Amino acid sequence: MRTVRFITWLSVLFMPALAALAQDAGEETALERGKAVYDQWCIICHGEDDPASGGGTAALEFLYQGALPAKLEDRSDMTPELITELVRRGRFGMPNFRLTEISEQQLEDMIAYLRRNSGDAGDANDSGD
Amino acid sequence: MAVPTGVSEQDWAAALEALSSVVGSEWVFTEEEHTSLYHDVYSIYQGEPEDPVVPAAVAPYTAEEVQQCVRIANQYRIPIYPISTGKNLGYGGSAPVYSGSLVLDLKRMDRILNVDVEKATVLVEPGVTFYDIVDHFERNNMPLTLDMPDPAWGSLIGNALERGMGHTYSQHGRDRWSGHCGMEVVLPTGDMIRTGPGASGSNVLWQDQKYGIGPDVHGIFTQSNYGVITKMGFWIRPAHEGFRHARVHVPRFDDIHKLVALDTRLHNMEICNGMSVMASPLYGSFGPMLFMPPVTDPEHLALLEVRNGERPDPGPLAAYGERNRLAFWWLELKFHGPNPVTQAQWDYAKDLFSREIPGCWFEEYEPLEFPLSEEVKANLNTYGHVEMVNIGIPSLHRFAMSMRNQFNPEPGVGHFWFAPMIPKTGEQILLAQEVLQKNCERLGIPLFAPYYSMLPLMWYPRAGIFLAGWNVHADPERNRRTREQYVELSQICADHGWTEYRAPAPLHDQIMRMSNGFNDHALLRFHETLKDAIDPNGILSAGRYGIWPRHLREEGQG
Repeated sequence: MRTVRFITWLSVLFMPALAALAQDAGEETALERGKAVYDQWCIICHGEDDPASGGGTAALEFLYQGALPAKLEDRSDMTPELITELVRRGRFGMPNFRLTEISEQQLEDMIAYLRRNSGDAGDANDSGD
Repeated sequence: MAVPTGVSEQDWAAALEALSSVVGSEWVFTEEEHTSLYHDVYSIYQGEPEDPVVPAAVAPYTAEEVQQCVRIANQYRIPIYPISTGKNLGYGGSAPVYSGSLVLDLKRMDRILNVDVEKATVLVEPGVTFYDIVDHFERNNMPLTLDMPDPAWGSLIGNALERGMGHTYSQHGRDRWSGHCGMEVVLPTGDMIRTGPGASGSNVLWQDQKYGIGPDVHGIFTQSNYGVITKMGFWIRPAHEGFRHARVHVPRFDDIHKLVALDTRLHNMEICNGMSVMASPLYGSFGPMLFMPPVTDPEHLALLEVRNGERPDPGPLAAYGERNRLAFWWLELKFHGPNPVTQAQWDYAKDLFSREIPGCWFEEYEPLEFPLSEEVKANLNTYGHVEMVNIGIPSLHRFAMSMRNQFNPEPGVGHFWFAPMIPKTGEQILLAQEVLQKNCERLGIPLFAPYYSMLPLMWYPRAGIFLAGWNVHADPERNRRTREQYVELSQICADHGWTEYRAPAPLHDQIMRMSNGFNDHALLRFHETLKDAIDPNGILSAGRYGIWPRHLREEGQG
């Protein structure tokens, strides 16, 4: 299945980087959990611009016209507030996600993952435990 | 703290405590930042006072917990509204119809309870999505497939209860509800029933046979508010062995009548068992579709100008088609089954069309063999190739069409569907095109393309649906106008006998009333009679599909 293949491929690609980023066991767990949440809920629209995709990456590529990366995982400028707003409120056709879908802890973990390349990501890398 | 409509603060506090003791306090949501998530992000009442407000949500984990929650709601007369996955976007999403209802969020109930590979049946809970079930088949190496809707993130049960539609095989496939077999229902009193042979207390026939003995009650639980479905069985299908699609091209405008009639004949004979698609190369493609390129030739474009809503003259178009080897209409037939079998089915169809429509010609595509090769997989959902939803592969490709792109550079905040059902005849299709085009122009309804280039979706065996997506915006005034247009155009269609197959939740009252007028709305009164008997306290999903409980009818609802 295409979705599963993407997840596997991305796992292989990103796991060494995640491990290298990790400073302690808790930090590594938060990033890994965050990536798992992202893979479960977001990547089907915000992964590769694939024919099975829900079109999030293609829409952002059209919107940004190269000014920002279209893939959210390549961004380093998204604040926790923006990520929370997008997940909980949706935007331009993207649905919102409830606590029974993405819990508060899972959202924190995903924020940590998406902000792993941000300059001020220290707090977001907290394990949340 | 927000309080449900019609409930005292004292009772509300007691009810929340009771609900917490059932599901655990972490699964009772009362903070505004959490309850506001129970909202249809595609609502056509965006930011308006009519947009439903949710005072709390509770998320049970088992059917027994659902029963206890419903009993508590009865004790305190709390209006409740169950949702499955809440992805019914544009039709209500996770929001209730009656503002101030407590949402019963069933997403945590996401167990696949049984899969019978030999009989091709499944038994699932409401939180199970199409992605979940396909992943389950793959992880467990189960050679099964099932029909797919546009977005695969929705609930099997929710989609069936809405009478949603998919894109694959005809028998127990595209019409999701037609594939149901056996339900477990928590009634509005908190009592529980099982339907069909499951009513015996034994499971041995529950997913094998729809009927037990006595009245068949299944249908009353669709597009209604008579129970909370906690389990449902489905008839699915052995994994694909082959898939074939091919087109029949016809040269003349009037050929539409025979073309549609023969498609119906082939489906009723079960020679054709996939979802047919019709299009007109001469009236042109209406958007970024995978099956036909848009018209670009200036000579052709000049023949397509619509004046005063009138159909562009078919005569010059047919002459243009003859010069350029373009059919007036084509019909794409799809066949699910082993390729040697579908070859015989297609051969029969070709022979039938050749005899009945002089001058028709055929376009055949290489049939697919399963399991699909990597090369074939790589081409799915691309122009000129098979769509994943046509062969049961989960995808959000069709959903992506409503996202920002070159054809939709300024998307709305959401969309909903205008979708009247029409009889599947050439005469009615042509009439519907004219009625819809002229009235859209009169009402100022924006169209991606003229209705003359649109054909109905052939979801049903004997009826089609003229499906059109309408954008929802952040501007309340624009949405108000859109609602008025939707209701007026729906009324015009209803006057022709073309009723909607489904409707946005905030407009259920109007659509139900205009669609059920026979004998002074006798069917609506029957719905109310059932409601009052099944739900004596009127707690469950008030207003859903225009069915209001007695105490709210007396307050003027509906």
